[in-house]
Amino acid sequence: MIPEIGHYALILALCVAVVQGTIPIYGAAVGNSSFMSVAKPAARGQFLLVLLAFCCLGYAFAVKDFSVLYVAATSNSQLPLHYRIAAIWGAHEGSLLLWVFILTIWMVAVSFFSGHLPEAMRARILGVMGLVSVGFLLFMLTVSNPFERLIPAAFDGRDLNPLLQDPGMVIHPPMLYMGYVGFSVAFAFALAALFGGTLDAAWARWSRPWTTVAWCFLTIGVAMGSGWAYYELGWGGWWFWDPVENASFMPWLAGTALIHSLAVTDKRGSFKAWSVLLAILAFSLSLLGTFLVRSGVLTSVHAFATDPKRGLFILVFLAVVIGGSLMLYAWRAPRVGLGGGFSIVSREGMLLANNVLLVAALGSVLLGTLYPLFLDALDLGKISVGPPYFDTVFVPLMTPAIFLMGIGPLAQWKKASLPDLAVRLRWAFGVSVATALVVPILMGHWSPLVSLGLLLALWIATTIAVDLRERLTRTDGSSFMGKLAMLPRAYWGMVIAHFGLALFITGVTMVKGFEVEQDVRMNVGETATLGGYTFRFDGTEQYRGPNYIAARGSIHVSQDGRDVTVMYPEKRRYTVQNQTMTEAAISPGFLRDLYVSLGEPLEGGAWSVRLYHKPFIDWIWGGCLVMAVGGVVAISDRRYRLAWRRKEVEVPAGTQMARQTVS
Amino acid sequence: MKPRHKRFIFIGLGLLALAGASMLILNAFQKNLVFFYTPTAVANGEAPKGRGFRIGGMVEDGSLTREGDGLTVHFVITDTAKRVPVTFKGILPDLFKEGKGAVAQGQLGADGTFLASEVLAKHDENYMPPEAAEALAKAKSAAGAQTSSTLVVNPR
Repeated sequence: MIPEIGHYALILALCVAVVQGTIPIYGAAVGNSSFMSVAKPAARGQFLLVLLAFCCLGYAFAVKDFSVLYVAATSNSQLPLHYRIAAIWGAHEGSLLLWVFILTIWMVAVSFFSGHLPEAMRARILGVMGLVSVGFLLFMLTVSNPFERLIPAAFDGRDLNPLLQDPGMVIHPPMLYMGYVGFSVAFAFALAALFGGTLDAAWARWSRPWTTVAWCFLTIGVAMGSGWAYYELGWGGWWFWDPVENASFMPWLAGTALIHSLAVTDKRGSFKAWSVLLAILAFSLSLLGTFLVRSGVLTSVHAFATDPKRGLFILVFLAVVIGGSLMLYAWRAPRVGLGGGFSIVSREGMLLANNVLLVAALGSVLLGTLYPLFLDALDLGKISVGPPYFDTVFVPLMTPAIFLMGIGPLAQWKKASLPDLAVRLRWAFGVSVATALVVPILMGHWSPLVSLGLLLALWIATTIAVDLRERLTRTDGSSFMGKLAMLPRAYWGMVIAHFGLALFITGVTMVKGFEVEQDVRMNVGETATLGGYTFRFDGTEQYRGPNYIAARGSIHVSQDGRDVTVMYPEKRRYTVQNQTMTEAAISPGFLRDLYVSLGEPLEGGAWSVRLYHKPFIDWIWGGCLVMAVGGVVAISDRRYRLAWRRKEVEVPAGTQMARQTVS
Repeated sequence: MKPRHKRFIFIGLGLLALAGASMLILNAFQKNLVFFYTPTAVANGEAPKGRGFRIGGMVEDGSLTREGDGLTVHFVITDTAKRVPVTFKGILPDLFKEGKGAVAQGQLGADGTFLASEVLAKHDENYMPPEAAEALAKAKSAAGAQTSSTLVVNPR
């Protein structure tokens, strides 16, 4: 009964979505305000209906209702409750439900925080989001219904993939989807502007906080995915350039470009058409990412073809959303205009260059991800594009981007002077180069890439310092702290996020340059030395978990005769699917991680063991976290907060427009 | 400088940057493509010498042997028509088993042994890696043993 209620709620939600996607947009076109006012209640009603469906599926998992096909396929009676709940998004159908649920959350958020928007704008935004929702709900109800019954009911479920039975997996997909779907708001803003034909600085100011929030979620989501791969896959890597990872990284690159482009549109009125295009791109890539990961196409293109309805629906949906919005763009963008002009050497110029580099990097990832799929689908042979490809492409593309990232914030809008910038930045440059050359030598191993990485990280940090100092001398304030507080939050957000990137680059550079890895055969009592630490293998013991049996090794770690820690790596066998899993043991630290995983049992109680010493690896995720914090600080800026309170009366767009000069 | 000139410079610089980036990307792409060969193709000498590639199929039953160091392993990958001996030093992935599908990446040695640098198993117990499944299917259809040429691969 409960699953049927959920199913019915989804059907009702589809009806509401159709209304929400048509009437308000029509109302905005003809200027009928009662039609437009349908948008708000429709969005909220749809949220409640999808929430109901979501709870119904959650209930089916909680009570182990194995007469629901999806529940039987992704859970098991021995699976603990929290993983049964997380199993809602453990596979294709439930992920789609989570996607729509999050979409309705964003809709409700828009309906509450859009008091300052013109009514037609709000109607169009919610209308576009309603249309996206129609697509997803139709997809679920026709070919991917999570509430489909299994008759007769299964005696027990097939269990959740053991790789997904992990606390990280409980939060990672919702975070990632908050980011993916969050870009639908930026997308809806962009389409609303195209429909309405008005695209000004006020538009950019309205869409900026939404875009930044989505970007923060996506940053955290991608970082969590990487962290999950690090500790759960058991072999010490943190990024594999796997299609699944690329699928989440591409929208991130597009979103990063969008944030910077919107900043220019907001401040200077330039880059209008480009911002709209990026918003469309970011959301299209989010859709692509969702489908790539959750449709089975990556496992095998041919398996995908065995269920042609699903594949066809996805292709048609992508074609309609991407093709439709690009056509609208081609038709309306000329009306939008280009905005103010600027010289090549100016803050706009540098942001433009950065945007182009980010999009080029995005293109390279897209090529490496989709090309093998195309070849395979056309039966032209099987290829794979290895991580070396992405490494070789990313370093040369990102190096100039990061170099410009240091200069950009110090350059003037419209027209900057290169000699002036060179004088202001000479100390930052000198300090960065000298430190980047000396530090690797002190650490005992110099290589060009390590120096380059450190140079980029230091360049970001030192240019931030120069910029801060200059701004503080220009700020009036009684005390140093008072001056710091005078700087706008949006500026602090940028500084923090950029600094996060510096931390991230440091982490990547140090791990790539200095990590030590060793595969060894270890008898009980035998020791191995790595990175100054001595690892002693003390044998394994058997134990039984809720739905697995495990061999747990214990490895005693010491440094210069002092005890450091004892690590317990495990080898688990999940009984339902008879699947073996390596659970690595990690001893985290600010400056290094120790990482141990069990390979295979050998004769006489010995095991093959993999040992890692990974310097600075936690800086990678720490850096991402700092970036996201930067985003949060940026949206807490006064100019947005005022915008929330003000009721659609006076938006200081006029002042912005007046400052623009047409070239 | 007139606005028109400025625009020309802009477009020129943009095109130049785009050309540079494309060159870089396509060049790296060309160098890092890893092709996949079936054991039959390797036996027929189609696989490149001195360049890495991937090979996939079934790990032959009873072929796995381990050297005294506990880390160097030898096994045979087969598509039921041809066999290729493989040597790998390191820890095998959790899902590696005799009689199951596997994909290895590496180079062909002078004696015809495949020296694997990596053994992949990005799949679960329910299905084979797609490449391995296809290698088996190809060999099967070539032998004409069975009419059905595809192994059923579970999308989930």
